[in-house]
Amino acid sequence: MHVTRRRVTLALGGLLLGAGTIGLRAAEPKERVIKIVARRFTYTPDKLTLKKGVPVVLELTTADVLMGFSAPDFQTRADIIPGKVARVRLVPDKIGTFMFLCDIFCGSGHENMNGTITVTA
Amino acid sequence: MRHRFDRRDFLKMAGVGGVVFASSLRGAQGATAMAGQKYDDFYFVQLSDSHWGFEGPPNPDAKGTLKKAVAAVNSLNEPPDFIVFTGDLTHTTDDPKERRRRLAQFKEIVSELKVKNIHFMPGEHDASLDSGEAFTEFFGKTRYTFDHKGVHFIALDNVSDPRASLGDEQLQWLAADLKRQPKDANIVVLTHRPLFDLYPQWDWATRDGAKAIDLLLPMEHVTVFYGHIHQEHHKMTGHIAHHAAKGLMFPLPAPGSQPQRNPLPWDATQPYKGLGFRDVEAELSDADFKLTELPVQKG
Repeated sequence: MHVTRRRVTLALGGLLLGAGTIGLRAAEPKERVIKIVARRFTYTPDKLTLKKGVPVVLELTTADVLMGFSAPDFQTRADIIPGKVARVRLVPDKIGTFMFLCDIFCGSGHENMNGTITVTA
Repeated sequence: MRHRFDRRDFLKMAGVGGVVFASSLRGAQGATAMAGQKYDDFYFVQLSDSHWGFEGPPNPDAKGTLKKAVAAVNSLNEPPDFIVFTGDLTHTTDDPKERRRRLAQFKEIVSELKVKNIHFMPGEHDASLDSGEAFTEFFGKTRYTFDHKGVHFIALDNVSDPRASLGDEQLQWLAADLKRQPKDANIVVLTHRPLFDLYPQWDWATRDGAKAIDLLLPMEHVTVFYGHIHQEHHKMTGHIAHHAAKGLMFPLPAPGSQPQRNPLPWDATQPYKGLGFRDVEAELSDADFKLTELPVQKG
């Protein structure tokens, strides 16, 4: 009996937590989504311009092989697996121009596979 | 635990004329206390990043530079005890047949080295596109250990996984190997990529390298020699010294010194500038490694 009551309590707690999460999400402004396609050995687009303090969601896909996306200055990275969409949130917390790059060795042009993120005020 | 040089001394000396004295060797006095082991001074040569198969303006003598380096090593007054080659033996190609052709040509050229005790390691150009398969056909295992005159050498593979990871299995292998060594053993780690985050913006890092450093930190005398960045570089992480070697095809810019990591241009007035190899002397009487940077061609 004791176990059953505990389970009920946990379930109710979960429902309340879920409701709270939904409420919070509804209050958040919708974040801009930027689609980036990787293919050996380029990103399209390869130049992003963002506003400081305005987070974005990057939707990353690859047109051929396994790729990486890494923006070390923003501690953001993802594996881009063929046939899947990788989503990462990037918070531009500093002004300037920063490099992003493929950090999974993908072939003879790998070392030049990169782009820039320019963050403005 | 006492180290001969502190971090400040290390950094001060690191900038002096290509000659560096690094801490991390247990001295002869301590060494003789270890029963049943023989300790002796010796030296080895580190060669790196020959990128055989590369062609382009950064090196108009792309087909001759490795051969000159082989001749330079052969002309050393005293032959080294052994040679280590810390990766990127060949320049990458998407064609598996061409990769093997380049590895075969490289192997033929370095067969001219008089010293036959050579330890080869892959770089990402050799191994990342086929998980080290072709490299293994020509040179054997991509990670291994060996012992030489009181020093335990550990070659780590942070390139066969194209993600630039060592991987949990290799980290467990490293942990098991270190467990067999006394805490005051002389440990030398050989890698291609830096184990620490030197400059991730240029892919100069190992994704899980910090885990390897954590495993090495309890050991009292650890020195890391690596390649990948085509220039001399020295860094301490705690008491562990990390030394990057010059390459043998084209030098790369200092980390973050220019927008792209493109090779530095060939200087016709100073051919082979920025290229070279390294002589590492283990002087147990001084409890130090002595590093000397040598050019591909004198003059």
